[in-house]
Amino acid sequence: MSEEAKEYAFFLGCITPNRYPGIEAATKRIFKEFGIETKEMVGASCCPAPGVFGSFDMHTWLPVAARNLCIAEEMGLEIYVTCNGCYGSLQEADHLLKDHPKLKEKTNEVLGKFGREFKGTTKVNHSIVILHDVIGLDKLKERITKPMNDVNVAVHYGCHFLKPREVRGHGSSEDPYIMEDLVKVTGAKEVDYKDKLMCCGAGGGNRTADTPQSLEWTRQKLVNAIEAGCDCMVHPCAFCHLQLDRGQAEMNKMFGTTFNFPILFATQFLGLAMGLSQTECGLDIQTTTMPEKLLK
Amino acid sequence: MGTLYEDIVDYGGEVFGKEHMETLMLCVQCGKCTGGCPSGRNTALRTRKLFRMAQEDMREEIFNAPELWFCSTCFTCYERCPKGVKTTDLIRIIRNLAAKEGHMSVPHRMTGVYVLKTGHAVPIGEPQMKLREEVGLESQPPTTQKYKEQLEQVQEIFRTTHYDAMIDFDWDTMNLREAEGGEKK
Repeated sequence: MSEEAKEYAFFLGCITPNRYPGIEAATKRIFKEFGIETKEMVGASCCPAPGVFGSFDMHTWLPVAARNLCIAEEMGLEIYVTCNGCYGSLQEADHLLKDHPKLKEKTNEVLGKFGREFKGTTKVNHSIVILHDVIGLDKLKERITKPMNDVNVAVHYGCHFLKPREVRGHGSSEDPYIMEDLVKVTGAKEVDYKDKLMCCGAGGGNRTADTPQSLEWTRQKLVNAIEAGCDCMVHPCAFCHLQLDRGQAEMNKMFGTTFNFPILFATQFLGLAMGLSQTECGLDIQTTTMPEKLLK
Repeated sequence: MGTLYEDIVDYGGEVFGKEHMETLMLCVQCGKCTGGCPSGRNTALRTRKLFRMAQEDMREEIFNAPELWFCSTCFTCYERCPKGVKTTDLIRIIRNLAAKEGHMSVPHRMTGVYVLKTGHAVPIGEPQMKLREEVGLESQPPTTQKYKEQLEQVQEIFRTTHYDAMIDFDWDTMNLREAEGGEKK
């Protein structure tokens, strides 16, 4: 049904609305350009983070995720997200509840306390997949007014966009294509780099457990991209954005490094290529700054 | 309380199904998980060792190993395991069992405090509201932090599942009862 959907419920999560509103603004703006309306999910909460709350108590994680799914079901809409964590949580919860009737019954007992019920009538989409599969590369290409011809891009996927494959359904997690296609449609060059598919380091409560240790992963990732000659990193995940962008300020303070490697969520990158200003994409209210090359 | 394996299958089975959890016993120690683990190159986490310890019922050793918490749940090993061991889900369930027995750091417990107070693990503050206005958005998103009656539903879930008790949450102060001293108990 996704192909016909013209209206979606935007599940905001935490990092997008509360730390990087530029991701929210750019995504809504681009969707609107292509005739896709965004509806707000009133009363939505944290997804809750799959590797954090899922690591502490699955029986709390699940009803909180299910409650968020209920909001979209009540709206009669499919969901889109801008964070791999939200994608991970909501899609996994939806999948588990649809597959296990007893679990659904137990979860609905909790939700029933405040009059909600998971029915299994929504679908959880990643905004990036909507861009790629619903809007499509041809339509995107028509709207590129500021081609990124001389820009070398490091694609970062994050983890829960592709994995586990049995839930996500986007093909190979070792040789993916969706982000690469979206980068190339702008005229930019997608550059391979060492350990391209490596995690940013933040997930699973690792950032919370030991921030400097988690930033060591991030440092390796950024050094690999910089050494490959990349001008910036483009990704599909608000939580990775926090680790990759804010993390550079943290590393510069903790490790004495001097990182300022531009980090862009995919719709911010596409937004620039479609002629939006960096202010409209919220790229001037984050840690890393954008070079002239990306703005001209 | 049975063996660690029995507890994993019973508790994790309620969510993922028993067969999913029983894959723990399929591990033949080939080490493919550890070979591709982005954490293992930086930390003491050895996924292969963790599964052997779980098979051998080394409950206390696993629950007290700091590296249990250094898995970022990236699912690389989950996808690569040649025996189909549901690695990442098993690690999350082992962590659940550890947390139930009080092995939960203060920063980890604090993420629960934020959700109990605002509905968000990362709540919004005044400076971020200004950032939202700068990109033309409403200063506050329409989420649980804005609507008290919606937040109360999330709080009700936490009460029902006793998550509040697990992290030693004090409803009077809306904070941890004992914020100092690492693990509770």
